Amino acid sequence: MDGIIALYIFMLAAFTGYEVISKVPVILHTPLMSGSNFVHGIVLVGAMVALGHAQTTTEMIIGFIAVVLGAGNAAGGYVVTERMLEMFSTSPNKGDK
Amino acid sequence: MSFIVQVSYFAAAVLFIYGLKRMSSPLHARQGIVWAGIGMVIATVATLLHPALHGWLNFLLIILGIAIGGYLAWITGKKVKMTDMPQMVALYNGMGGGAAAAIAGVELVRMEEMSTTVQLLAVIGASIGTIAFSGSLIAYAKLQGLMRSTIRFPKQQYVNATVFGVLVILGLIIAFSSTYSMNTLSVFFILALLFGIMMTIPIGGGDMPVVISLFNALTGLAVGFEGFVLENPAMMIAGTVVGSAGILLTQLMAKAMNRPISNVLFSNFGDAPSGEGQAVTGSMKPIEASDVAIMMAFAEKVVIIPGYGMAVAQAQHKVWELVKILKDRGVTVKFAIHPVAGRMPGHMNVLLAEAGVPYDIIYDLDEINEEFPTTDVVLVIGANDVVNPAARTDPSSPIYGMPILNADKAKNVIVIKRGKGTGFSGIENHLFFGDNTRMLYGDATAMANDLVAGVKEI
Repeated sequence: MDGIIALYIFMLAAFTGYEVISKVPVILHTPLMSGSNFVHGIVLVGAMVALGHAQTTTEMIIGFIAVVLGAGNAAGGYVVTERMLEMFSTSPNKGDK
Repeated sequence: MSFIVQVSYFAAAVLFIYGLKRMSSPLHARQGIVWAGIGMVIATVATLLHPALHGWLNFLLIILGIAIGGYLAWITGKKVKMTDMPQMVALYNGMGGGAAAAIAGVELVRMEEMSTTVQLLAVIGASIGTIAFSGSLIAYAKLQGLMRSTIRFPKQQYVNATVFGVLVILGLIIAFSSTYSMNTLSVFFILALLFGIMMTIPIGGGDMPVVISLFNALTGLAVGFEGFVLENPAMMIAGTVVGSAGILLTQLMAKAMNRPISNVLFSNFGDAPSGEGQAVTGSMKPIEASDVAIMMAFAEKVVIIPGYGMAVAQAQHKVWELVKILKDRGVTVKFAIHPVAGRMPGHMNVLLAEAGVPYDIIYDLDEINEEFPTTDVVLVIGANDVVNPAARTDPSSPIYGMPILNADKAKNVIVIKRGKGTGFSGIENHLFFGDNTRMLYGDATAMANDLVAGVKEI
């Protein structure tokens, strides 16, 4: 990939991340940290590619570890975040004001 | 890269950003994670069609790896108690960092012709990912109670700096030469693992949220860099977004604790002049639940300060029941939440939301602090360091300068506590010895139960 294009992508993505978080109420800090933890679970696709084009046994072993860890990050991150956020969606109805 | 893979990655990147945006408002937060989840599934399935994938064995291993890692994480994530969420975030984050490092490992072991820039980014991503991996595991172990103590030794920072320096030099050697040996590469990864451990072991439990958030940001950056190495835009965008969002989140958390990040990382918690703080005078005065019930029932305003102890005892439902019967008697009841109550910012809010407590009676530190002098009864349930007035009055205390809830200024303070021990940071709490403070010893749920019964009897 063209280096300068990559630089543009990095720059725009960095500002996007900053903007998305900047107006978040304190109560959502933990769920949001958990949510962003899930989003970097995208490392799984990289792990799949790394294992997919591995040739030697060493590469395959390391690649396999990468896939297992990446899948764990994605699946675990999703479940934990969803469980946290579930409480937010139901509580306004449950709580009697 | 085939067209369908590219389109899928684009869709995934859009869905991630949209999902994170949704997650930042309480009303739509739930949909946010679902959108991001859809993005993840699209990207994962599309990657199976990636042209770089070859060989049936590789393919089989990919499916097997996803099945194993995904299944184990899914099951543990479903089972874990709400109170243990923070360390699970640390654990899953560590896995992500490890995955990013392992990707770099595969690319670097291959020693294929890469441009210097790419090689440098692979090395940076590898070190950051590895540090996030081992550091997160230590954070997990600490919060899970597998290792309770903070480990410190003389000249620790010099040792850490040396390890880091050697790590950087090895990294540069690997990045700028095409003839590095496998041994160099191994030592490089071992040093990165070591540094992650070394930088995390001296940090006290109270600072763990900030550290986990920092490792979260680091993993994001590592993923972004490895995305560049693999020319994978979905990883680049998602990783960088998480990296910058995570750094901002870390700053917000550190600010909430009034501790600059550099302070958290480099000045050891408890390294304050005396380390112990001033000696406490007076004694802890016990009280019975029935007396507390009477006090609260006839109070005008009650403020409840929940802490990790309430979370551990799962007392939030009982406490909410108590609040409801007090409100029925016309008592004004408010919850005061310290920014770092529990183990992470917002952790306590999540637990109260679980019990059905409405948002509008939950107050932040800034909103509630001036109300304490007009409060009749403050009920501290399992909170400790966040109400310790030593943070305000005792410059020699390790927590001096941390913003606290000024519970000591209320007319009466009731502290529900299991025993006489100190808090997570191991500091004696001056509040407990105050003239207007009474201690209600016992399990938070049992005591809340007694209080409910007591108020009903009146």
